[in-house]
Amino acid sequence: MTHEPLTASVGIVTPQHVRLFGASTPLQLDGGTLLHSVDVSYETYGTLNQERSNAVLICHALSGNAHAAGYHSKDDKRPGWWDHYIGPGKPFDTNRYFVIASNNLGGCDGTTGPSSIDPATGMPYGLNFPMITIGDIVRVQHALVRQLGIERLMAVVGGSMGGMQALQWALDYPHMVPASVIIAAAPRLTAQNIAFNAVARQAIMADPHFNGGDYYTLPGDPTTKARPESGLALARMMAHITYLSEQGLHERFGRRLQDRDALSYGFETDFAVESYLSYQGSSFVKRFDANSYLYITKAMDYFDPFPDAETTVQRLTGVESHFLVMSFDTDWRFDTSRSKELVRILHRSLKDCTFQEFSSPAGHDAFLLPHPSYEKSLGSFLLRTWQSITGGQA
Amino acid sequence: MISLRVDQSIIASLIEPGSRVLDLGCGDGLLMQHLIHQKQCKGIGVEISPEGVQSCIAHGVPVYQGDMDQGLSDHFDATFDYVLLSHTLQAIHRPAFVLEEMLRVGRRGIVSFPNFGHWRFRWQLLISGRVPQRGVLPYMWYDTPNIRMCTLLDFRDLCHELDIRIVQQIPLAASGDVKGGLPLRASNVPWMQFMANWLSPMAVFLLEKE
Repeated sequence: MTHEPLTASVGIVTPQHVRLFGASTPLQLDGGTLLHSVDVSYETYGTLNQERSNAVLICHALSGNAHAAGYHSKDDKRPGWWDHYIGPGKPFDTNRYFVIASNNLGGCDGTTGPSSIDPATGMPYGLNFPMITIGDIVRVQHALVRQLGIERLMAVVGGSMGGMQALQWALDYPHMVPASVIIAAAPRLTAQNIAFNAVARQAIMADPHFNGGDYYTLPGDPTTKARPESGLALARMMAHITYLSEQGLHERFGRRLQDRDALSYGFETDFAVESYLSYQGSSFVKRFDANSYLYITKAMDYFDPFPDAETTVQRLTGVESHFLVMSFDTDWRFDTSRSKELVRILHRSLKDCTFQEFSSPAGHDAFLLPHPSYEKSLGSFLLRTWQSITGGQA
Repeated sequence: MISLRVDQSIIASLIEPGSRVLDLGCGDGLLMQHLIHQKQCKGIGVEISPEGVQSCIAHGVPVYQGDMDQGLSDHFDATFDYVLLSHTLQAIHRPAFVLEEMLRVGRRGIVSFPNFGHWRFRWQLLISGRVPQRGVLPYMWYDTPNIRMCTLLDFRDLCHELDIRIVQQIPLAASGDVKGGLPLRASNVPWMQFMANWLSPMAVFLLEKE
């Protein structure tokens, strides 16, 4: 298959910050508590048109952030996490669309989360941070979108946990979402999905440095507190295995040895795959907060918009969105049958829903990687939506 | 202007504006696109080939990638006004099952397929002694997707067996991409059925459950 070269990058982007909600207009969380102010970090790419009708919101997965495309500086070596897909001439064509990406509530990349300072105490929240849900995360995104002066989005798009957010958007703000793209996701976690999250949380909480979530070193503190790095790394290593396919992992590493010619007959790192996983774990702890991992995985566990038939009907009545649901054949974290579960629910409620499965050796991570046919479907769905909303010509 | 196959134009003419339609084996989605735009229909196509699905998306047609079996089990009874099976019957593994499912999820079914009883096929088989591979079915017997060859009379027999009522049978005078192939005079008179089975390379059937 020929792959037309995707064109330019969005270039240098500046992360932006906004404080939303307030003492008189707090964020009401699904768990019943209030957050009086929420800082949100976000980035935008492209230009909002005069009618403010070309905005596409991108929702990130568990460990993502607001930096979805472009570079932060000239010397920046790595672009944003979905750079291959966002830019002029790419599926999220910034010549046409105004793309918004923000860091999720509960995260650790500029948006309020457990590592933020609790204004009530002047100390980091830690485990005093209230429990959050996918609904809460979306509520904060909604406040951001409104803050940007946008009353109706063109589309909401997300993969994995981002797909759950895209679905939540279509249900919670039906008049604001004409199109939803839900990639490599599921309408609810299965026991196996929850089990993976539970083991990850246990790994973090069993770390001797976890200290009940109180491990942050404050500016000016004379001593540096140790962080639960080995627990978080272990959680990431285990999760990372579930993001790849057996085939992909084997093709990449096989039984190759790491920096040695013979087996050690000990517990040193013998195999290349061990070394790779350790690297994944140790690089993750540099950029991610263990408490955020706990809260966000819990929010995923709780997600279940269609617990029974009656609720399903209620939640889908009035939903205006067209849906595009996509999956990958080697994804076993959220395999194709999970996407079809959602498609069936939508079909039975007579929603416009397109479903496509793609072949890829990359497992769950496939949605982040280059894939010509997936790019094409995503691009033409967005283009169609843009044409029907703005009357624009291709 | 979208240009449809001749059987597709006939099918489109049978569908009332505003209907809910399920198109099985919808290919590039042009028929659904025509129904959506010209007849304000709602609905979805089912297609197994990635190229077909991609083309549907580009045409703004909701589409489900999968085989007919899955595409049908998603839907509740009587969800659609029409379920279409255009130029696809000959390629499915379980035609009887699919026909029954069509009339479970839909009020009416419309089926079009190439007629293996057409004189040209009979003639080719008679003269060459080999399975015909020209015209509307340009494949060798061993690599053809057309695994269920039947004649108009065979299809009528199956409908009878499945308690499916043939509301209308429209034998066509041309098939495939031929433009403007006019329908032959339709009739339920046995003599006309017999003649249609000789003369029509393709036919469209409008079906209902008894």
